[in-house]
This record gives sequence, C-alpha cells and structure tokens, in this order.
Amino acid sequence: MSVIEFDGHNITVSVKDVEAILGLKNESVDIHEVVSKENVKELDANYNLNSFVNHVQINRFRTFSPANLKAVIGLLLLVPSLTLRRIRSYLEKFWVLMSPPLLGVEEEVQSNVSSPSVDCGLGLKERNYLGLSDCSSVDSSGVSSLPDNNKNNLNLKATELRLGLPGSQSPARETELCLLNSGKLDEKPLFPLLPSKDGICPSSQKNVVAGNKRGFSDTMDGFSEVKGYAYAEKSWMFHDAGSDSESPQTVGHGKYPGNSGANVILSARSPGAQASVKKDEPANVLQKQPHATNGINLKQTDISNNKSSAPAAKAQVVGWPPVRSFRTKTLATSSKNNDEVDGKPGPAALFVKVSMDGAPYLRKVDLTTYSTYRELSSALEKMFSCFTLGQCGSHGAAGKEILSQSKLKDLLHGSEYVLTYKDKDGDWMLVGDVPWEMFVETCKRLKIMKSSDAIGLAPRATEKSKVIN
Amino acid sequence: MNYFPDEVLEHVFDFITSHKDRNSVSLVCKSWYKIEKFSRQKVFIGNCYSISPERLIARFPGLKSLTLKGKPHFADFNLVPDDWGGFLYPWIKAMAKSRIGLEELRLKRMVVSDESLELLSKSFPNFRSLVLVSCEGFSTDGLAAIAANCKLLRELDLQENEVEDHRGHWLSCFPETSTSLVSLNFACLKGEINLASLERLVARSPNLKSLRLNRAVPFDMLQKLLMRAPQLVDLGTGSYVHDPSSEAYNKLKAAIQSCNSIRSLSGFLEVAPRCMSAIYPICKNLTFLNLSYAAGLQSNELTNLIQHCRKLQRLWILDCIGDKGLGVVASTCKELQELRVFPSDPFDAGNAAVTEEGLVLVSAGCPKLNSLLYFCQQMTNAALITVAKNCFGAIVRSCKGLKRLSLSGLLTDQVFYYIGMYAKQLEMLSIAFAGDSDKGMLYVLNGCKKLRKLEIRDCPFGDAALLEDMGKYETMRSLWMSSCEVTLGACKTLAKKMPNLNVEIINESEQVEFNLDDRLKVDKMYLYRTVVGHRKDAPEFVWLL
Repeated sequence: MSVIEFDGHNITVSVKDVEAILGLKNESVDIHEVVSKENVKELDANYNLNSFVNHVQINRFRTFSPANLKAVIGLLLLVPSLTLRRIRSYLEKFWVLMSPPLLGVEEEVQSNVSSPSVDCGLGLKERNYLGLSDCSSVDSSGVSSLPDNNKNNLNLKATELRLGLPGSQSPARETELCLLNSGKLDEKPLFPLLPSKDGICPSSQKNVVAGNKRGFSDTMDGFSEVKGYAYAEKSWMFHDAGSDSESPQTVGHGKYPGNSGANVILSARSPGAQASVKKDEPANVLQKQPHATNGINLKQTDISNNKSSAPAAKAQVVGWPPVRSFRTKTLATSSKNNDEVDGKPGPAALFVKVSMDGAPYLRKVDLTTYSTYRELSSALEKMFSCFTLGQCGSHGAAGKEILSQSKLKDLLHGSEYVLTYKDKDGDWMLVGDVPWEMFVETCKRLKIMKSSDAIGLAPRATEKSKVIN
Repeated sequence: MNYFPDEVLEHVFDFITSHKDRNSVSLVCKSWYKIEKFSRQKVFIGNCYSISPERLIARFPGLKSLTLKGKPHFADFNLVPDDWGGFLYPWIKAMAKSRIGLEELRLKRMVVSDESLELLSKSFPNFRSLVLVSCEGFSTDGLAAIAANCKLLRELDLQENEVEDHRGHWLSCFPETSTSLVSLNFACLKGEINLASLERLVARSPNLKSLRLNRAVPFDMLQKLLMRAPQLVDLGTGSYVHDPSSEAYNKLKAAIQSCNSIRSLSGFLEVAPRCMSAIYPICKNLTFLNLSYAAGLQSNELTNLIQHCRKLQRLWILDCIGDKGLGVVASTCKELQELRVFPSDPFDAGNAAVTEEGLVLVSAGCPKLNSLLYFCQQMTNAALITVAKNCFGAIVRSCKGLKRLSLSGLLTDQVFYYIGMYAKQLEMLSIAFAGDSDKGMLYVLNGCKKLRKLEIRDCPFGDAALLEDMGKYETMRSLWMSSCEVTLGACKTLAKKMPNLNVEIINESEQVEFNLDDRLKVDKMYLYRTVVGHRKDAPEFVWLL
C-alpha cells in the first residue's frame, strides 16, 4: 500500500506505511528530507492547486507517536492548501492522541493558539501527547486514556486515533449523526457531535477535544508554513476513520473557524483557495462545487442538504456549475489519469503508481493485466509517450523539453531511461531481474528514471535495461 | 378537399414531416384528422408524462418512430433524485402488446432497464434504430440483447449514458450475418471490448457511416478500422495516444487521407497532442468538432487544429481554449452555428480560462450563431447585452434566433428585460442565481412567446411571478423552479386552477406530513402540461398537487 492513496477526493494515509516507507523508526529523520518532489507533484496534480482537501481519511492508526505524527503532518503539508496552522487547529479540536500512560507528558508553552479547549460535558481530560519526543511506535492495545464516563462509546483500542466528525447543520444530518453515534459506537467514540447552527456544541452531546495545543508547537518546529492562504471558510469533510461499511456513514460539515472552541462547522467545499476574498464576489457562488460529483463515498450521504449557512453566499451547491455528472466523471478520470474507473478488473487488481522524471503527473497501472515484462513495457510506452510529446509545444520553454527530442522507446530501451521499481522493503530496484510473478508480488511502485540516477541500482544499467526488452 | 381520395391525401401528408405541421394538419377537419392519424409514423413526446402509452397508441396506431424524454433537464445536474421516474418499460410493454411496428426509438433522460431492452429487441422485428441519450439503468447485457435480436439494426447510438459495464461480449452478439449497421456509438462505455469482433463488424458493414469508439479502443485499432471504413462520415476516436514517429502513426495518417467523407469528429478522451496533426487533412471538411473531452489538449494545440476548420458549424470545446482561442474561432469559423464551451475543471474557479471577452468575440465574428453554451467566471450585463445584440441583431434581420439560453450569475432584472424584448425565438431558458425580483421572471414569461421550457434555480422569483399568467404554462412543455421563493400555497393554487398541469413537489427532506404550512417555501417544483393527469409511478418523495 502506498503512502498516499488518492481516489480522486480522499487522501488515505496510513501511519504504518508512513513509518515503513519513510523510515521513521529511528525517528531522527527530518521530514523534509524524505518528502520527495514526486510526492509534492503528485499531490499538486491530483489536488489541483486551487482546490483543497475535503477529505482526509486516516486509517488504522495503531500507534501515534510524535514521530508518526510528524510523518503524517508532513504528508498533509504536502497538500498545498493545508497550512500548518490549519492542521494544528484541526488536530486540536478533534484528535485525542493516545498512547500508553508510561509516556510522560511534556508541556510546551509556545503556541499560537489562545483559546482553551472546551470541555464539553464529557469530562474528558485533555491529553497532551504531542510533546513527547521519545515515543516509539508502540502498539498498545487495551489501554484507554479516556475516562469511562463516555460510556461504551469510547471503548476503543486505546491507540486508535479517530478523526472527529463535525456535525452538520441540516436536520437530516443531525438525525443521521445521532443515530450513527448510538449505533456505531465502537468505531467513533471521539466524535464531537452535531453542532447547532451557530456552532455551539449542545451540552447534551459529547464533544471531544484534543487538548494538545501546547505540545503541538514542539512537533511543529520542524515545519514551516507551506502556504499562506487565508482560509476563512474551508470545507473539511471527514469520514470516521476505519469505518468498515462501504458507505462512509456520515460526512459531517461545519464551519471551521480557527480556534473558536466548541465545534467546527465546515462550510461546503468551495473551489477557490483565496477564500475570504473571493467569497464575497457573487460570481464565485457559481463556481462552487456540487457534491454529487465528489466521488462515490459522498453520494451515500445526503449531499444535497449540504448548503452551508455560511454568511457568505451558499458555498456548496448541488448541481453547480451545471455540468453533467457524466462529463464531470469522465473528465475527472482523464485528468487524474486514474485507471480505476468503474468496472475494475476485480479484487485481484494490483494498482501501482508509475512516475516518470519530468512528467507532470503520475499514472497507475494494474499489474495483473500484464503477464510479461514486455507487455508492461509497451503499455508504459503508450502511457508516457503523451508526456514526452505533450511537453513540447505547450510551454515552449526549452528548459522543459527534456524529453521532447527522444522517443519514449529509446527512453525505455535505450540509454537514457530505465524502468525501476520500489519493492516491499522500500528499495529501488531495476525492473527485470526477477521472474515476472515475483516482480508482481513485490512491486509497490514504478518509476521511469534517468539512467544517471539509476546508477546505484545495478552495475550495468544499460545492459540491464536491454534485458527488459 | 372532400373530393380527394384518402390515398392522395395520405401521399400529400407524407411530405409533411415536421411535427408541428402534422399537428396542424390534423386539426383541419375530421377526415384530415383521421388520415393523418393513421399515416403518422413519427411521434415526438417531450415529456413522457404528458401522455400515456395507451393513449399514444390509440392516437397513432401506425407509429414507427418514437422519441421520448423523461426526467427534467436539471436531472443532468443531480437536482432530481434518482427514482423520480421516467421509466421506459411501460412504453415498450404497451407497444409490444399492441403490436406496434416500432422501428426507431430515441430516448433522453429515461430509465432504461435491461429488461426493457430485451423486450424491445424481441417485440419489434423491424426495429432498426436505438438512440439513448443521458439514460441510465441498463448494462451491456441489455446491449447484447439488442445486438443479438434486432436483425435489421442500423443504428445503435449511446450518448453519455451511465451504463453498467459487465465487459461482456455484447459486440460479439451481432450475428455474423448482420451487415446493416450504419451507425455505432459506444463512446460512453467504460469497459473493454472485444477488438477482434469490432473489426469484423466494421469490415462487414459497408453502410457504416458513423462510428464512435470508447476509450478502450487503442490507437492502432483506429487505423485498422479506418482502413475498413473509409466511407465514414462521423468518427469518434478511442484512445488517441501514440508516438508520432511510429509505424502505427504513419499508417493512421495514410488511412485518414482516404477518409474524405468525415464531417464530424469527436472523442480524444486520451490524447497525445503531437498526434493531432494527422487530423489536419480532414479538418477542412468538418462541420462538427467535439473536443469537449479532450482534456489533454492545450489552447494552442486547439487553435492550431481549429484554424483548419473553416467549415465548422458546431464546436464543442473546453474552456482551456481561452479567449484568444475563441478569437481564432471567431475569425476562422464563419459558418459557426453552435458553440459549447465546457469548463475543464468545473470546481476550480481560480483558473477560468475564458471570460465574457471570448464570448463577445465569437458573437461578433460568427453571424450564424444560434446555439450557445458557455461557462465563464464573470459576465457583466454589458457583455450579455452586446452578445444579445450581436446575435439577436442578426436575428431580426435573418429571422433566425437564439432558441436556447442558459444564464447564471448575479444578473439583474434588466437582463431579463432584454431577453424578453429581443429573444423572441427563445424556446428554452435556464436561469440560475440571477435576477432581483419577480419582474425578471415576468419579463421572460411575457416576452418570450415561444418559450417551451423554463428552468430556474436559486433565483428570487416567487409566487407573484409564478401565478401572474398561469395560462402561459399550458403553452409550454414544463417549468422547473428550485430553491426560489415559491411557496407551497402558490403551487397548490396553481395546481387547482390548472387541471391540465401536473404540479409536482419534490421533497427530499424527512418530513412526511403533507399538510404543511402553505407559506412554506418549496424546494423543488416541477410542473408540466399533460392530458393524462397525475402519473401513477411517482415515488414517495414526489407530491402531486
């Protein structure tokens, strides 16, 4: 499983994989070093610089040490529209980081966050684990840091971290969430429930606040603000993490005003990053995204009720702009170069990402659709020829025409480029050395690298590449 | 006229093909009514709930060609819940039962089940043409039934449907003996198809004029197909990605050279820009160019292509063409009648590539423009008026007019005033997030005499506008209003006073009670004229007043 999974609207990040792939076991790795340009490009391309993440799903957290947190934050920061402050505020609101009580608590005072956390009727203690520096990934099940007065709702594996679901404002949604919370307690114990319309959490409802404001800054030290967008109103819609059913059960909405405490009401997704300015412009109302095209997950919920009551004009509107959903889906598929359309080959499909130096975005291939290296190679030729060719003419800048002069065939088979892959252990290997079946089992990711970069992989890269033919 | 035998009249009527004219003919006198009734073969039903299948069959027993439209237009934009209606099955069942000799069926926004397709394929031995536009509810299994059983099938045209793709062998279901195919469009299918079957099918269809492939058909197959079918008039490419210095590419170039008849080009869902020059030789003859899914082409590539297309009459394109690109369109495509500029990224307001400027350029440069779909970020009143004058000015002179217009944005009532005044030919109008008051809607209702369909969302139009001229709605096919200021009471009043209208309230909230306060604002209202009263298949969330 790759570090970051995109299905068009969701980012799925698994800490376990983050750890493994980023090599955070020794915890001294600077997040910036391990974040490669590729990841950034990929995120950019897939998230369309002016739109921002609506959907972050964090799966199966087993442990959540500061190192892990760093990793996750770092990855989230790669998304251009998420600023540090934003992430921090969000985490403070919703996450309770749990780890075994043996870990001490360090208090750091530096924080931009001024408002105290709100203890909304649950008597939850604020936990402050973000300041921990020496916490290794510990799989500590069974230790619950939360008080019992949350009833059986909070009977979680102690180390699981869940995202809170901000409630929504429509009555329908409230009902949904209420039911949900009573029914699926094991999975979503930490959710702040429905905010009322003015964003104040009803006292009868549980609210979970992560009281990690102070410790946070410590962890954040290593990061710099990536972007400086003003996010007056953004829409974050969060699935409950780890939900097993197909439908995401609830998608909450609410506004997200910095540090106002009680609850977050996220406005509907709006396209422009420069939110506060643009929102006042009426014309932009037209550009708000309809929900229904937001991917399969969201369809399950009653998206059409998603009109936020943000003071600015309706931020999220169904059926706007008036583009046929068929068209939207088709274009989304094309532009994201995502081969995972309806009619997947079946549960045995094995999609891996393919990147190419110099290409503006990545592609995905299903390894099970090929049976030999040659098939794979020619499929990749087809896929990436449009990159090599597309580069020219559109930009004109000579500097960008890295690939324009050579044919991709030459690139793959000749001396300029080699096809490499990343295996289960995280090592980059040359494609073609092992039998095909073994390759399919171990290949996690593909990359078309320049030969010069691939020198470390095999002594005679050129000869090796000929083997692939 | 009494001394003409019926056969002569029938023969004369055969020359009258337009629905409107035939409708008029049938009103002249009883004998003309009768003759017209039995000789009518083509029927167009713009709203499937305006009449029932049984009444249709009784009225036109000689029916051979039927066009049916189901859901309201705004269903395209997810404003209408899935189960709202528009089912094909009752129509097929009734026609099969009455042994109608159906030959052609054209559907838009209908729910088409595999079951109905199968029944269709088995009930009408002369069936030859199936066109499905924006439909849903069927899978490739239904298509297999059509392919296998319709021995005389000439046309299978699937446009933008949501088809469940079982990746079956539907293409292989065309019997080896079938050679009658004239038009085959499966561009909207997402799954793999049997390429060998496709090639054989094309090879044995000498009359094939229109072929639109889906994304799964690779570049080298395109070349083979073109070799088999150089007589094509309408081509939709599959995947159009290849290395321009390859053998396959050269072969394609050669193949295209011999396709002198191609007048319509579409596809390019996957496209390598460098391969576009292969198309240039056929551009000079193109009358329809649809690049609205070609997200891989940039502005200059688009303009390079369009510069060769002097005869273009219809252009569908993405907004990445930019204002400058539209300028090129304006100066090159003097014959342009229809322009649709789609947003390449509908949810990204930041980088809109076209503005009102592009529209003004086109309206000024293309005197024959009569159909326009344009997404842009901002539109001032001034620009719209310029466009209106440019387009409508020509209208006044040449009697051609803007028939369909879709507007959005914070336009004032003034704009509607102008529309009402100048757009006398307007037949369909969509308005969203516009207008200041009821006056806006009234200007339109009063001024646009030919208005047939009006759809409004999120505008401040209320009861006064709705109820001012209720008779108007009987002259129209339908009216849609959602998220406006219309109250339940007003809708009830309207329904009560106009028995020939069905007033539907689509209510998606949890409230089940019917007797709500009349002052409650209605979220979605859809009204349409009908001769058969309330429909029987309305789901729970639709209230029929």
